[in-house]
Amino acid sequence: MPTIDLDHLVQPDRVHRSVYTDPEIFDLEMEQIFEAAWVYCGHESQVKEPGQFQTLQIGRQPMVMVRAKDGQIHVLYNRCPHRGVQLCGSHSGNTGSGFVCPYHAWSFHLDGKVRAIPLIQGYEGTNLNTEDPNFSMARAARVDNYRGFVFASLSAQGPSLIEFLGDAKVAFDDMCDRSPVGEVEVVPVCHRVVQQSNWKFFMENQLDALHPSVTHQSTGVSARRVENQIKKTQGSAPLHYHYLSTFASSFDQWDSVQTVNFPHGHGILKAYMGLRPTDPDTLEHEAQLRLAYGEEKAEEYLSRSIHHVLIYPYLSVQSPLQQIRCLRPLGPDKTLSEIWHFRLKGAPEAIYRRAMWYFNLVNSPATMINADDLENWTRAQNGLMSKANDWVSFHRNMGGDTERDGVLYSNNGTSEVVMRNQFKAWRNYMAPAYAKVTVTVTTD
Amino acid sequence: MSKTEVKQALGSGVVIEAVQSLTGAESIAPDHMGRSRESAVGYIPRDITLEPTLLRQIEVLLAQQAVMLDAKRWSQWMEMFTEDGVYWMPAAPEQSDWASQPSIFAEDKLLMEVRANRLVHPNAWSQAAQWATHHLLGATLIEQANPTSLSTYTPFQMMEVRRDKVRHFGGSYRHNWVLQGGQWKILFQRVDMFNAQASYDYVIQAWI
Repeated sequence: MPTIDLDHLVQPDRVHRSVYTDPEIFDLEMEQIFEAAWVYCGHESQVKEPGQFQTLQIGRQPMVMVRAKDGQIHVLYNRCPHRGVQLCGSHSGNTGSGFVCPYHAWSFHLDGKVRAIPLIQGYEGTNLNTEDPNFSMARAARVDNYRGFVFASLSAQGPSLIEFLGDAKVAFDDMCDRSPVGEVEVVPVCHRVVQQSNWKFFMENQLDALHPSVTHQSTGVSARRVENQIKKTQGSAPLHYHYLSTFASSFDQWDSVQTVNFPHGHGILKAYMGLRPTDPDTLEHEAQLRLAYGEEKAEEYLSRSIHHVLIYPYLSVQSPLQQIRCLRPLGPDKTLSEIWHFRLKGAPEAIYRRAMWYFNLVNSPATMINADDLENWTRAQNGLMSKANDWVSFHRNMGGDTERDGVLYSNNGTSEVVMRNQFKAWRNYMAPAYAKVTVTVTTD
Repeated sequence: MSKTEVKQALGSGVVIEAVQSLTGAESIAPDHMGRSRESAVGYIPRDITLEPTLLRQIEVLLAQQAVMLDAKRWSQWMEMFTEDGVYWMPAAPEQSDWASQPSIFAEDKLLMEVRANRLVHPNAWSQAAQWATHHLLGATLIEQANPTSLSTYTPFQMMEVRRDKVRHFGGSYRHNWVLQGGQWKILFQRVDMFNAQASYDYVIQAWI
């Protein structure tokens, strides 16, 4: 029975196909990565009032994020300690002053502590003790918040949230700093799209600058044709045509868009859409920021070159347009993405609407962009079942990137340093598991 | 021996005769959301009486619209809209403004053209797999009628096959029609899907 050899599976310039397809490796990923790292739960504006909750999945764990009476946000396991029934049965809502189990009416305070059990005398003389945490709702080991974005870690050990995010925390700064009061608020529409493929395809794809002009050629070319038609008749076209048409830029243009690759697998695809037009709405917004933060800071905030920031292994933050996509892996070949949009508090309505067009055209369930991404990833998932070749290649520009202080800067935008850097993090997360677990997969 | 004990146990019992409290399990404080539900939801269309020929005329147009989609005749489908026509699929039934609220589809004629051209581009990779739709329309109600404008409500079901999977969508169309050059054209089409907020296995490639 062959065992997994991590050095064999993940090599500097290639990885074994089983890391995308094998159910046991998937289970280990859930345990070692998703159920250990800091995972995004939601924005605090999703749970404004006491009792308001949002359910979510961390790895394989059903969780609930809830606001307590004292204003604190708790992240609890969505499971009754009695017989295992989920206490919240919907994505979101308000549970009032506590949770009540629909099976036997065990009830809990909003911090998870057991409140009442019917006919409690039935437990006299038994091992049930209401002071024992095993008879309350279990809590995530750690919960923290960065600029309103709530994260939880199911492991008591490991880096703090700030250490985990590192320089990638700019994702949230770049969003919030565009508001004159430094805050965003969730738009209460969550699009949920399931891809029939491994979560890693999404993460790799987000910073893969070689794919857009190939994968999205049909949409880019069609949008450019209409964009040019509008420009001819009206002088200028709405920015949302540009959102789509830039996808079909030339290989050379894409090769000039740099990626920045951080420890823990995080990364940034730098800006390429030119999101600083000089229309009156933009100028009004910029004036607001100068008033709020001063000339120098406002300029810093407005000129960050970011298309999107990736928080490995599950979050893509399109900070200049205030939208996020959060992955919840469901199986080795099935991944749910939750797609949210945020409003910049205090910013002009026109700035929100402009960003909303990107949400509608690129991130909605009728997206003209991801239609082809998801098709590619399905075909990749199916293709990797092939025994013809065990390897996935990440050789492009190997050795051609610049490293400074542990950060890898691509000298070519299309460098596969993105994937190499993500797998470096993957290896670090997975390494402890290989010391203690033997998994059966066929490797050559 | 145990036979006797079982017999004895079954020989006596209680009868819960009177309900002690009107709330049932009195230990559950009725303060959480699950205990007070909306008694009714959704849009209730009106139905005004009209001469049958006009209703028939609109029914034919609606049937043609569905056929155009299933037959992938995108440009003919688009021609049914006025030049300033809009196709809107809100993300939630309570939404009321296509221009300021996040949508599933929010397309004027120019954006429709982007989608239509994409679908027929030889490198629209997602179109490689077998893909077809089938629409079925329910009874149309005329909600409002003026000499040159009409509002109609039509329930629909749509099935889609992609690769070897079948998906099922359903909901209602609310069309605003205007009479232009003797032809009824679509000024605004609102599409409310009953499963708009359910998760999507893959995405939606064309108008529903």
